[in-house]
Amino acid sequence: MAQEHKQPRKSHDEEEPADAAAPAEAVSERKEQLDEDIDAILEDIDDVLETNAEDFVKSFIQKGGQ
Amino acid sequence: MSVRRIMGTETEFGISVQGHPQANPMVASTRLVNAYASSTLRARRARWDFEEESPLRDARGFDLARDLADASQLTDEDLGLANVILTNGARLYVDHAHPEYSTPECTNPLDVVLWDKAGEQVALDASRFASVGAGADRTGDQGDLVLYKNNTDGKGASYGAHENYLLRRSTPFGDIVRHLTPFFVSRQVVCGAGRVGIGQDGRGEGFQLSQRADFFEVEVGLETTLKRPIINTRDEPHADPEKYRRLHVILGDANLAETSTYLKVGTTSLVLAMIEDRFLTEDLRVSRAVASLKAVSHDPTLTHELEVGDGRRMTAVQLQWEYFHAVQRHVAQKYAGDPDEATRDVLASWESVLTRLERDPMECARELDWVAKLRLLQQYRDRDGLAWSDAKLALIDLQYADLRPEKGLYHRLVRGGRIERLVTDEQVQRAMTEPPHDTRAYFRGQCLARYPDSIAAASWDSVIFDLPGHDSLQRVPTIDPMRGSRAHVGALLDDHDTALGLFEALTAG
Repeated sequence: MAQEHKQPRKSHDEEEPADAAAPAEAVSERKEQLDEDIDAILEDIDDVLETNAEDFVKSFIQKGGQ
Repeated sequence: MSVRRIMGTETEFGISVQGHPQANPMVASTRLVNAYASSTLRARRARWDFEEESPLRDARGFDLARDLADASQLTDEDLGLANVILTNGARLYVDHAHPEYSTPECTNPLDVVLWDKAGEQVALDASRFASVGAGADRTGDQGDLVLYKNNTDGKGASYGAHENYLLRRSTPFGDIVRHLTPFFVSRQVVCGAGRVGIGQDGRGEGFQLSQRADFFEVEVGLETTLKRPIINTRDEPHADPEKYRRLHVILGDANLAETSTYLKVGTTSLVLAMIEDRFLTEDLRVSRAVASLKAVSHDPTLTHELEVGDGRRMTAVQLQWEYFHAVQRHVAQKYAGDPDEATRDVLASWESVLTRLERDPMECARELDWVAKLRLLQQYRDRDGLAWSDAKLALIDLQYADLRPEKGLYHRLVRGGRIERLVTDEQVQRAMTEPPHDTRAYFRGQCLARYPDSIAAASWDSVIFDLPGHDSLQRVPTIDPMRGSRAHVGALLDDHDTALGLFEALTAG
C-alpha cells in the first residue's frame, strides 16, 4: 500500500520516449493539465469552505484539555 | 519483539455548538455522549468501573499526593460525566471540556488505524444524534454540534491525542527517556498534522508541522494539562503492574491521514522494542530537547539541523534514519531477516516516506497530514495571493479537521482520490460495533453485545456483572490484556445464552 504512489510516476516515465520529439510542448501540456487539476481541487474546496473566514476562525474557541 | 504489542489511542475532539460560540463545552460534550448512548444502546448503560484507576501513579516510582494535584489531574472520580462503553470495546466519554474516544486494546498498528477511524465515525454519529435531538438532552444550548479532530483552537488552548503502549516493567524508565526523546523530537516530520500559526496562541505567521509542539514545556513529567512534558510519566498499566508498565504518550497530534496514524504508532512501537531489548546503544540525545521540538516543527523545509549526541549535526529526517537503521538491525538480528508481516510493512512504509521526505516533502502529500494540508494551503496562496496571516488559511487548517464528510477538507481530499487509505469504509463500519479479536477487548465488547442487561459496569481491566440470584455485583477481572481474546473465550461465549451461565462457567474452575 505504501508503494501505490509510484504508479503515476511510472506511467509518466513510460510516456517519455513519445514526448521526446516535442519536449517543450509536452511539458507545457502537462503543466496545463496540472494547473487544471489544481483548479478543480480548489473549486471543490471553495464550495464547502465557510463563507466568513474571519468570523469563523474567531469564534472557534476551545477549553484546554490534556 | 516486533511491531506487535498491546496499544491504542485516545482522542479528545474539539467541539463547537453552531450559532452559540459561548456555549458551555462540558454541557455540549455531555449532550453528545448521552445522545450516542440513548440512540444506540438497547438496554441499561454500563458504568465505568474506576476501582483500578490511579492517574497519580508516577513511572518514576512515587505517588503524587492527592492534595498536591491539580483538580484537572483527578480523572478517577466519577464526576457524573457521561460515559459509554461500546460493543467494540472502546470508551466514549467526556474528559474535561471535550468528548473523548479511546480505542479498544489492539495488537498491531493497522488495527489501531481501524479502531481509531471507527472512533471518528462514532463521534460523528454522536454529534448527529445530538443535533437532530433523537433522544438528546436538550437542556443546554440548542445548536447543532460539530466536532474537529485537531489539537488547538489557535488561541492558546490545546487538547490531546494520546497513544498508549504496553511495555515490559523491567525496562528502566531512564532508558525510555534517553532513547525515546530524540525519536519524539524528530517523528513529527512523519506524523505531524500541520498547523497554521506559530506559538501557543498562533499569532506568529507561518506554517508548522505539528499541532502540539508549541504546547510542550518540559522534558519529563506527570502533568498532561499544564507544563506538558515530552515524556509523560503517568504509570497506570491497566495490567499486572509487576509485569508491565504503560507508556502514555501525550506529545502526538490527532491524525486523520491513515498512513500518519499507522507510522506514528508503528514506528514508535518498533523503537520501544529496541529499548526493551536494550539494543540501542548509540547516543542520539538532542541538545535542548524542548526548544528543538519546536524548531523542527517550525521548519516545513525539513532543513533545520539538530545537535545530536556528542556534537553531530543532522536534520530531523536524518535522525529518523538513524532510528530506522537501528530498527532494521534489531529486526534482522532477532528474526534472521524474516520478521512478521506487520513489522515488514511498517518498515517498508517508513523507509519509503523518509526517502521521499528527504527528496521533496511534497511527494508525501497523498499520505501524510501535514504535507497534504501544506500543499492545499500553498495552492490557495498561489491562486489567491494570500499572506500566512490571512484568515482563510486559518479556516482551511480548522476545516481540514471537521469530521463531517460534506464539510471536512480531509474528507474532500479523500473523496477526490487525493489521499491514500489503508482501510475500507466497510471495515471501519464493522469496527464501530465489533471489537478486535485478539485482546481482552473482545471479552468486554462481546459481553456488552450479548448480555447488555447483565453488565453493570466495565473498565479496561474488569467486567462487572449484575446477576439474578446474586445480591452483590460480581467483578470479573481482565488483568491480562492478551487474554479474553476470541481464541480464548469465543467458544465459551457461544455456549452461554445468559450472563449467569457464562459467569458460572468462568468461576467453576
